[in-house]
Amino acid sequence: MQEKEILERIAFNVIQGRVEAEDEGFDEGLDGQAAVTELVEEALTQGIDPKSTVIEGLTKAMEVVGEKFEKEEYLIPDMLASAECVGAAMDILSPHLVQAGVESRGKFVIATVAGDLHDIGKNIVAIMLKGAGYEVIDLGTDVPADRIAETVRENQAPFLGLSALLTTTMRVMGEVVGRLEQEGLRDKVKVLIGGAPTSQEFADEIGADVYCKDAFQAIDALKAMASSA
Amino acid sequence: MTESFRHGVLVKPYERLDQEQIRCLDEASLALLADPGIWCYNERAAKLFKAHGAKVWEEESGSPCWRVSLPAGLIREAVARAPSRFMLGARKQENRLLLDSDVPRVYFGSGSEANIWLEAEMEEFVSVRDGKATVLVPRFREMRGTTALLSRAARLCDKLEHLDFFIRPLNIQDPEITPENHDVNKFFASLNNTTKHVQAGLTTLESLGGVVRMAELIAGGPEALRENPIISFIACVFKSPLQVVDDTADKVFAIVEQGLPLVISSSPQGGSSAPIQEAGMVAQINAEILAGIALVQLIKEGAPVLYGSVPVRARLDDLHDLYGCPEFNQYNMDCVQLARFYRVPCYSTAGVGDAKVPGMQAVFEKLFTHLYMAMSGAQYIHYALGLLDRTNSFCPLQAVLDNEQIGKIKHCLREPKVAPPVGEEMLRMVKKVMGSPHRLFTRHVRKALHAGDVSSPYRFETKGMEDRVLEKALDYLAQLEAMPSPQLELGTVKQIFQEIPGLLPGLGQPAQQGY
Repeated sequence: MQEKEILERIAFNVIQGRVEAEDEGFDEGLDGQAAVTELVEEALTQGIDPKSTVIEGLTKAMEVVGEKFEKEEYLIPDMLASAECVGAAMDILSPHLVQAGVESRGKFVIATVAGDLHDIGKNIVAIMLKGAGYEVIDLGTDVPADRIAETVRENQAPFLGLSALLTTTMRVMGEVVGRLEQEGLRDKVKVLIGGAPTSQEFADEIGADVYCKDAFQAIDALKAMASSA
Repeated sequence: MTESFRHGVLVKPYERLDQEQIRCLDEASLALLADPGIWCYNERAAKLFKAHGAKVWEEESGSPCWRVSLPAGLIREAVARAPSRFMLGARKQENRLLLDSDVPRVYFGSGSEANIWLEAEMEEFVSVRDGKATVLVPRFREMRGTTALLSRAARLCDKLEHLDFFIRPLNIQDPEITPENHDVNKFFASLNNTTKHVQAGLTTLESLGGVVRMAELIAGGPEALRENPIISFIACVFKSPLQVVDDTADKVFAIVEQGLPLVISSSPQGGSSAPIQEAGMVAQINAEILAGIALVQLIKEGAPVLYGSVPVRARLDDLHDLYGCPEFNQYNMDCVQLARFYRVPCYSTAGVGDAKVPGMQAVFEKLFTHLYMAMSGAQYIHYALGLLDRTNSFCPLQAVLDNEQIGKIKHCLREPKVAPPVGEEMLRMVKKVMGSPHRLFTRHVRKALHAGDVSSPYRFETKGMEDRVLEKALDYLAQLEAMPSPQLELGTVKQIFQEIPGLLPGLGQPAQQGY
């Protein structure tokens, strides 16, 4: 296959949301055909510049996916499938991108705070962020404030996402912000919060930077931060 | 030819009665038909029953009346001759209905013949406390039913995805309409504006010929009509309790002799024209319907007939019908089971209430019966869309709301997709997701989503703090009404107007879109 054809097929499969050959796509009849994982491997084998794969194969495709979502042609499952494709592609491409001196959009530590085991929203945000080119460090659920602050410090992460579903655990987000302040990290990391009981008012109250209603707002907020930096 | 028909929804019936209770009701009905028997005001029917072994004697009353004591054997043999499976036709083949007493495939349709058309529009009101605060409120206008409005109802119902058949929901009261031309205009307004099955009662026996000829011209000839009966009839031959109506019985003879399907419908009211107690009510209505079906089969063996049960309960404050109540469901579910026992497809009832306008009361009353009656597995559920104020008004806005509700019920009651290959696929999916970092199934929703297995949110939902259901439903109604009309070809219309007398000239004009 020519480079152009491989990159087009990667982009097509990102739009179709097919990570592996066995996956179904948005359209019928694609099962069994090479998908993003196989095609990205093929691109590396053929010596295609990983930066081209990211720009021509992944980024442009995600723009199309975003447009389809806005037009309500795609729903969340379609968007997530495409984001997972990009995430899987980035896992393969990352070592090669590092070698080529290409950096990610930044490290993003994400966690559901202590006392809370709910992670659906947090996972969706993690998948979408990875698909958007961030290096996601996912600490999982029920994570104590100390560990969150320590991970931010160790990784020098510029972004932290906190999630809670329970009214009884949302307060822990405030403890995390307090811990970041105690550690002298607060001005080095942007804190994004989300979860059903939270709000912008709550974010203001605990000293977080941004409240995000959903994964899309998180990505928009990060874009706004990048453009104002 | 491959048989095409509407899918409806195949349900696993909820059965209220056990076999012993069914036998008990069956025996009670047959006992009633033997003693006291029925009061038959139609001589031809009385003679036909007598010719087949019934004991018949003349009653002393103001009108000619015969008491008929029907032996159980006569009823059982006659009812057993009724077909268990037949097709109701439609202008579009894919809109036909396959009725099979052994298959609980549920169809929903309109019904009644209301005098009032209830038009709705949203109007803005300003708060008396805060002049900047406004709210949209539905305002309603009552209009007398006309041929133009019936045509509009048929066009709308053609577009409502979950409405499977069309029973004229509106009584036509144009100044030019007379008893003599009522039927031809009613049927033409319906047939010209919907490609779904059309069913109605007959106002006069004399107009049957014109109605049938009209249907033949549309279906492609006399044989084509019998193969694809695009029309069928409702005959309320019994006036409860246990009385055969003279002119309706004549219509039954004529319809059956024409070879077209009909419903033998009975609608006793528990607490006035039937016992209010479940056992008494159901035994009586079942007796009435069985005698009606037997009459049909004695006229012509194998004639297609539906077991038409419309048992209602009396309100005890004014003795009007009370539809959205537990007893209504109990009576009707029992009848569905009895129809299944006799292996005759069941015409049943749901979606009626006391509410006079769309709103919370209407939703409660309608959902309460829509859901239960669909669960019962009745093949043909009428009254289900658009009716308000019991059966006295038809509201297109309500029809749109009912359509959405019925769609959700159909989805809810679909057959479970749980079969061995699917089970394996699900296991593979779970294993795959559990091996992934986030253990999230969302991506795997897509296959089911695209296959139509995942329902959409409520079409008229509001995400903010206001309830905008009626406003949104009105917008949707306007969209549906702006769609092209499915009217008959002009050549067919011309031929119908040449052959069938009494049609109002305006009815033959092409419909204007958008109202």
